[in-house]
Formats: sequence, structure tokens, C-alpha cells
Amino acid sequence: MRIAGKGIIDRGQTVGFRFDGRDYTGFDGDTLASALLAGGVRLFGRSFKYHRPRGVVTAGSEEPSALVTVGQGAAQVPNVRATVQEIYANLEARSQNRWPSLSLDVMEVNDLLAPFFSAGFYYKTFMWPRSFWEKLYEPMIRRAAGLGALSGKSNEEVYEKAWAFCDLLVVGSGPAGLIAALAAGRAGASVILAEEDQAMGGRLLAECEEVGGKPGHLWVADVLAELKGLPNVRLMTRTTITGAYDGGTYGALERVGLHVARPPKDLPRECFWRIVAKRAILASGAQERQIAFPMNDRPGVMTAGAVRAYLNRWGVAAGQSVTIFANNDDAHRTARDLAAAGVKVAAVIDVREDAPVAGDWKTYAGAQVVGTSGRLALREITIRTAAGAEEKIATDCLAVSGGWNPTLHLTCHLNGRPTWRDDIAAFVPVPGMVPGLEAVGAANGTMSTAAALAEGLAGAGAALQSLGLKGAKLDLPQAENGGARLQAYWQVPDAKGRAWLDLANDVTTKDVRLAAQEGFRSVEHMKRYTTQGMAPDQGKNSNVAALAVLADATGRGIPETGLTTFRPPYVPVSIAALGAGGQGMGFAPQRFTTSHKAACERGAPMIEAGLWYRPSYFPRPGEATWRQSCDREVALVRNRVGICDVSTLGKIDIQGPDAGRFLDFLYTNTFSTLQPGRVRYGLMLREDGLVMDDGTTARLASDHYLMTTTTAAAGQVMRHLDFVQQAFCPDWKVRAVSVTEQWAQFAIAGPLAHELLNSLLDAPLDDKAFPFLSCGSVRLGGGEARLFRISFSGELGYEIAVPARYGEALYRDLVARAESFGGCAYGMEALNVLRIEKGFITHAEIHGRVTAFDVGLQGMMSQKKDFIGKAASQRPGLLGEAREQLVGLKPLAPEKPIGAGAHLFDPGAAPIRQNDQGYVTSVCWSPTLSTHLGLAFLRNGRARLGQSVRLVDHMRGTDFLCEVTNPVFFDPEGGRARG
Amino acid sequence: MRIPCPLCGPRDRREFYYYGSDDYLNRPGEDAPPEAWDDHLHLRDNPAGLTRDLWYHEQGCAAWIELHRNTVTHEILSARLVAERAGAAGANGASTGTSRKKAAAPAKGTKA
Repeated sequence: MRIAGKGIIDRGQTVGFRFDGRDYTGFDGDTLASALLAGGVRLFGRSFKYHRPRGVVTAGSEEPSALVTVGQGAAQVPNVRATVQEIYANLEARSQNRWPSLSLDVMEVNDLLAPFFSAGFYYKTFMWPRSFWEKLYEPMIRRAAGLGALSGKSNEEVYEKAWAFCDLLVVGSGPAGLIAALAAGRAGASVILAEEDQAMGGRLLAECEEVGGKPGHLWVADVLAELKGLPNVRLMTRTTITGAYDGGTYGALERVGLHVARPPKDLPRECFWRIVAKRAILASGAQERQIAFPMNDRPGVMTAGAVRAYLNRWGVAAGQSVTIFANNDDAHRTARDLAAAGVKVAAVIDVREDAPVAGDWKTYAGAQVVGTSGRLALREITIRTAAGAEEKIATDCLAVSGGWNPTLHLTCHLNGRPTWRDDIAAFVPVPGMVPGLEAVGAANGTMSTAAALAEGLAGAGAALQSLGLKGAKLDLPQAENGGARLQAYWQVPDAKGRAWLDLANDVTTKDVRLAAQEGFRSVEHMKRYTTQGMAPDQGKNSNVAALAVLADATGRGIPETGLTTFRPPYVPVSIAALGAGGQGMGFAPQRFTTSHKAACERGAPMIEAGLWYRPSYFPRPGEATWRQSCDREVALVRNRVGICDVSTLGKIDIQGPDAGRFLDFLYTNTFSTLQPGRVRYGLMLREDGLVMDDGTTARLASDHYLMTTTTAAAGQVMRHLDFVQQAFCPDWKVRAVSVTEQWAQFAIAGPLAHELLNSLLDAPLDDKAFPFLSCGSVRLGGGEARLFRISFSGELGYEIAVPARYGEALYRDLVARAESFGGCAYGMEALNVLRIEKGFITHAEIHGRVTAFDVGLQGMMSQKKDFIGKAASQRPGLLGEAREQLVGLKPLAPEKPIGAGAHLFDPGAAPIRQNDQGYVTSVCWSPTLSTHLGLAFLRNGRARLGQSVRLVDHMRGTDFLCEVTNPVFFDPEGGRARG
Repeated sequence: MRIPCPLCGPRDRREFYYYGSDDYLNRPGEDAPPEAWDDHLHLRDNPAGLTRDLWYHEQGCAAWIELHRNTVTHEILSARLVAERAGAAGANGASTGTSRKKAAAPAKGTKA
């Protein structure tokens, strides 16, 4: 019921929305909870396990009970807290965990069976037979118990992630947070003030009290007006700080579009922030806790602070005849505020014998609530007076206060442990739990407004001092300074019936006592046995009460019993927000060569090589399979000429007088003796003696080398070069930098390569003056290019490199010329066949477990110098007959395809692991030799050339004999490449 | 986690590549016995507390950094460029190959 003239939200604009198919209206600034309460709705959902009717309990993100589903189709979001969701035009919300309807839920039968559903029930009942758990018991339980459901559809809505940096992060915008932000803002610090609610102000929006001589919410408005004018202050509403991490990093979830009626398509629903703050102030306030008494879960039983918030902020009376049950003075404000607004206060029940009598309503001192009734909502409570008599009181709303817990969760995220304070019966943070973070105000256990303001100001002063900033003058405003007297009180003793602690997971005091009785006496064990605090709300308003009940049951004090560990996130964070940008093609960056567009235009399917996209083959009309295209491309390279983009290979520019010496240390072979204008193949080991990478390095000038790496290992090799240089020879005059992106490089391969090249160059190249393994500068189209005479195909070949901006034009030109010579562009499939025919290795062979000896390159390991990996490569076990060595394989029947990953056995031996002789790494159909081929590692393989081995592929079901050959199948003398 | 790169200032750890213990800096000589190489390549302490380890600012300035930090509290005590270690130049690297393993790390393995 909305009370005329009450509340601070703007009633100028009504907003229509739907809940469970019925139309309601509210106002701008309403949450779903406040608008539905105003509309007389008290039943919001059904409970997790017992399907009990449930209503709103709180007015914040700690809500354990009023969970609903918002949205339709793929965009449907379950378990939305009605206390957080703002209403907007045509919002569609539905209740959860009920069938067929909220008021008539057949699963309510669970409640009658409650005696059987105590803690540990599943484990005890569904143990046998074991195999039934996964197929029968678990699905059945999951259907009966639970909350909302995901749509199961792919959601196309936009989520975002972002970074922010500041001097001071202020978490929470109550009095302490606001004054801290104001002090720091005036002093010139860059400040982020993050507030979880849609509006700044914290409890000042929910209470009737004055600050600085005016109503609290007006003082808030004045401070906000000043903060908005400060360019160094960033105000972030709807932003929950979800976690504290190392180095002053905080996670934050901002609800960007969840309250917008018709959001633009590109407006993110939520944004996950990583905020890096030099200092932080935690002014997150406190959360009110319940008292456990029988049947305390009915709709209408709420926290007293929430009843005040709905009244003072939203102008909503949570009931027409309200009762209050409390253990502290603070809750008497509820009666005062309600009475002042004209709402009937039926009674105040205070467990303390010396309860204050604050107004003309009936106060029961030393009394307790011992029962409630009302099927779908609260109708009546039963109390036990100080004299021991039972009385019934008609009431539709019971406001309960068991005291307040500081919202200290963030301080615990780096393993810190809070300490117990008897006077407020709550845990409070200890300074230094999170370096750079200071808790102030209610979050620090400082409950009066005046003291919170003073602490917020002092906190800002300390932060400014550590930032090296001078605080600006700021006078503390006058504010309420009452000490809230409180008597620790957790559960009503000697009362019949279930008393709830965790409403979200349906955990009662009986469950906790049972856990203790069955030996789960540690708070962490009790939590897991009962599921206390494991629901989406993480037990924010029940954990402390639960451990108090556990302490009682085990005869220990609360501090000794201890608190469970608070971990991030503080509130549920959607995976879509955490992984924003990572859906679909956002999962990994895409690297495209300069020829990408031209290759796509030719219909080339792309294959991923690391992050690169490379053309697989170039289909021509009439070619139905990739093999037909590949075979044609191989044949044209062998007989005419082909063009291939090889820009993805890593290119590292190495310069300086010590460059040659540096390369000698990196490679197994020698590069300091290489003449300028020449290229050499190099082999690089890891320090443990295994092969890291291979490639050619050209000496462009006496102090200038250009190294190429494999596509796959480009990053690793660059890292390695930087490490070796900085760690072992920092004083050498040499520097290395990656230029992979800066140069486009194309292979021109085939018998007509020289002719094609001469058709392109400004001046023809003399073949004699530029023999195999030459490099140098050439001119084409008036510009300069680098030319290398190297070959990965075994044919006469060149690689020509131009600055990347000319890459596309040159590629198109080269392919056109190749076609005019009867050749073609070739892709990765053909490149792979060409290199297998030649026995050239790739990372299929140098996969991290092979040595130079294994691949037959032991001759490249210089004896005259030290190099990375030299000592370790000589270790016992890395050389000799026991090693699996690189060989070629030809099936005795050429048409039988060898499968990569197949294993090798002696012809007579059983194909079992114990008899394993080796394995296949690369395979192809060789159109040149009209046979299938394989490269393999075979035990003592080089001594077995000409012999037969049995190739068995258990995956593909093949089993046949192969001949062991030299890995170089084609042109073993290399005459074709030398020309 | 924020890593104070000596060249770029404090940066998020996602910009860095982690290698391992600073033991990798103490390369034995070419002729050192296999035991020394085994120690260098494979044997690592696993300290709960102070440690020195190597990070590469791969998405930044490409500097290798030696970080002195506490694995229990996650506190970072200092960072310096590997290239600017005292005595790094030629002391244990490619030129002389003198092993100085563990000599420079008295704090290793001590509890916080």
C-alpha cells in the first residue's frame, strides 16, 4: 500500500509492468519489490526445498527470498532479486519453482514431508544402489528442488568489460562513503565512488533522520551536486564491487541496461569492470539479520530496516498492521516511523527485559515470538510474554531485527579473518586485511551516523596522506549519534516448529543442530552438510546467526566457532559479463595476412595456424575435393611455378656488431662466419637439449641479420632471444625485434620461378650471381624488396619480401604472373605435401620431445663453441640406438593411406604398447611419387632403412606393412633447388 | 595482480609471461658436470614465502624482469631488469660460464 505524501521517489511518472501475467503499475525509482508490495503482492515465490510460500525479506542485494525470472526467450535471466531489479515499462517478471501456479503449487507436498528432508537427507537416502544416483536420484531431486532455470538458448545480448584506474575507490555511498568521496574529491584525488543501488545515499535514503540540519536525503543531494561538479570524481551507480584482488585491483559489476525499457541493441546489459585503485575505502554499511523463531519464513516477515526503507524511501507500507520483534533499540525506530506515517503498529516484542517504551503502542518487554500462521502470507503471530503466557496478535507484517552485521565481505577476499565484537555481537574487519583498503562506518562496526561520518572523513584523510595529497577543509555535519543498545539474541528457545536461518536454501536451526550432533562441528563442515549460506545470496543475513546456533549446539563461543570464508564474487556475476567479448569469434584474435582478401576471393577455405588464418587450397572449377586441388597445386609447383604467402613465419630483425656472436650462442651451428648476402638454415635448442625451432637466417649486412622462425613458434623464439640476450649477454651490442607484421613475404617456387621473377623485377636477376642460399635487395615497381633464394618445396625457389602495405598488390601480381606461366597459387595442403616429399620437418616433428640427433641433424651441433642446449643435448639417453629417429615410410601397397598418429611394430610382434617401436608424425598422398608417404620416429630407425615395419592405427582400424626409407623421398641430392 | 615493470610502471599481470625461478639465470658452464645441469634445469624449490622469479613483459616493453615477492601474502617487494642485475654482464652467461647458483639468493626458501 502506497502512503500519500510519504517517500522520496518521484511519483510524476507511472510505469506499467507485469508479474506472473498480471498488470501492475509503479513509479520511476521503484524496484520490483517496492512496486509489488505497493500493489499488495506479498507472495513472490516458492522456497528451494519445501516449496514454502515466500515473500520479500530485505530491500537490497542480500535478498534471500524474493527471486524471480526476468525477460523472455534467450534473454531470460533467472534468480533475479526483486529487491534489486528496477521496474521499467513492460518489464515481464515471473515467479519460480512452482507448478502449476504460485498460489497452488503441487510440490508443496514437500513441506508435509519436511521431517524426512533434514540436512544430509540426500546422502543418507539415495546412497544405494550407487548407479542410480546419476541417472535417477539426482535428476529427480533437481526437478523437485531448485530455483529459476536458464533458457538454454544462445543469448545474443551485448555484455561489456572495461578497466578503470583511480587514486581512491570508495565502495558505498552512505554517509561514510559520501563524506570520504567529498573530502578526497575536494583534495584533487581521482575518485571512483561505486554504489550498488540505483541511487546514491545508502541508509540515508531509508531513514528519517537529519544530517547537517536537513533531512538526510537532501544532504545526500547537496553532496552529490558538488561531486558531480568535480571532474576528478566518477560516480558509478548500479555498480557492485564484487571482489578484492592483489595489487589494489577490484572487480565490479555494473548493471548498464537491465533497467532500460527499450535498450538500443548495442547497449550492454552489464559491464564487468576491473578497477585499479591506489587506495580504497570500504563504506558498504551493514546488513540486518533475522532472529530464528518457529515459522519465521512466511511472506510478511521482513527485516525491520527493510520495512523502514520501503516506508521512507518508496512510501510503501509493508503491512496494514505491523508488529516488530527485536533485540535492540534501533528497531524501535521502525515503530516510530510507521506510527508517524499513520500505519498501525500492533505491538513491539522486545526480547530484553529492559526494553525501552518509545511510543503509544503496546510493547512486550522480555517477550518472544513463538509461532506464526497464514497459508500464503502472514496473518497472525503467537508470542510468549515475560510471564510465560502465550498471546496471539493479528498482523500482516512482522519486522524483525536481530542486530546488524557489518558488510565486510570484501575485506576477507585476500584470506583475512575478521574479529568478533561483543558490544554489537558481530564480526568486524581488522585493519590491513586487504592492503590499501580501510573499512569505515557501519562496515567497520561503527553504527551511528555521526560516528560513521567522522570515520569516513578520517579514512579519506589517511588515504590522501598516503597518496601525498593535502586534505581540503571540510566540516563534519551534525548527525544522529545514538548508541544502539543490543542484546545478542539468535534463536527463540523452547519453541516448537521449524525456525529458518537460510531462507534461500531452506536451512533451519534443526539442520544446524543435526550437523553438530552428527559430528560436523566445524563451521566449514556444517556449511557443506546443511548447505547453509551456499545459495545465490551466500547467506548474507543468515551466516552469523547459523554459526551462533552451531556455537550453542557445540558449547563453544562464537569467536572460537569462527566464520566461513567469504570469497568473490560478493553478488552473483553472470558468466556473460565475466567473459564479455569472448563469445564466438571474440574468443581469440584473428591474424590475417595481406593476401587474405585475395585468397578469399579465390574461394580458398581458411585453416587456422595459431592465430593466423591461412588458405588451405585454391579450388578450381571441376575440382570436387580438397585432394584434387592439392594434387594439382603440387604438380604445378613441381612442373611450372606456384605462389604461396609465407608472411606468417616469424621474422626477427637482429642488428649490432655482436649480432653474429649472439646467433652463434642461440643456434647449434655457426652464423658469425656467414657472408653478407648469404642465408643459412639454423637449428635452435632449448636449454634442456631438445629442439626448440628451426628456420633460415639471412645476413643482410655485416651487423644485420634477419631470422625466420616457424609460424607456430614465433612468439616463443622472440621470448627466448630476449631472455638469452638480457640474462646472459646484456653487455653485447646487439638488439632483436620482431618484424613479422611489417613484412609481407611470398614464396615463388617451381622450375619457372626465375623466369617469373625476371618478368617482375625492374632489372633482371643473373642466376649465376644469385645462387641457392643468396639474399639481397632488388627493385620492383620502383620500390625496394628483399629477395631470398630459399626453398621449402625442394624446387628452384625464391622468397620475396616487401613492406606489408605492398603485400596485397604484390600477391595479386605474382599469382597473375604464375597463372600466365601455367602455374598457380598454392595453399597449406600443397605446401605440406611438398615438404613431406622433401623430408623437411615442421613442429609435427619437432614437437618438444625430440633432439637434434633424433631428427638426424646432429651434424649441425658445433663442437667449436658453446650454445644454448649444448651441454644438455649430450646427456645420456638423448643419443644412440634407443632413440626414436626420424625416418620415411612408404606403404608396401602404395594406395594404403598412412594415418598420422599410427604406431609402428616389428612385423611379427603383437601391436601392443610393450612392443611399440615408434609413431607417425606427418602423412600425405604424394602425387609426385604416386604413393602415400609418412614421416615417423622409429626406434634406431636410421639403421633400419629398407626394412619393413608393421603400421597399426587402432583409431582408424588400419594394419599393414611399410618400408622404412630415408625421410627425403624426392630429389635427395637437392639438385632441383640448387638449379 | 599488478607487476611493477621498471620500464613501464605497474601493469596488470595479463601483460606478462611467467617463466619460473631466478635459478634460470645461473647457467652452468659448458663443461659443468651433469649434476650441475640437472640441478639448473630440473630441481626447484617450492617456497611458501619469499621468492624471486622471472617475468617477461611480452605485451609491453619486452623486458625480462626479476620479481622479488611473497607467495603467501602476494606482496611484491621489488622488481628489477634482468639485464641490469649486478654482475650480470658476462658473469655467468655465454662468455665465461661460471656458475654462481644460489649464491645471490640468501632469502630463498625462507618463510614470510
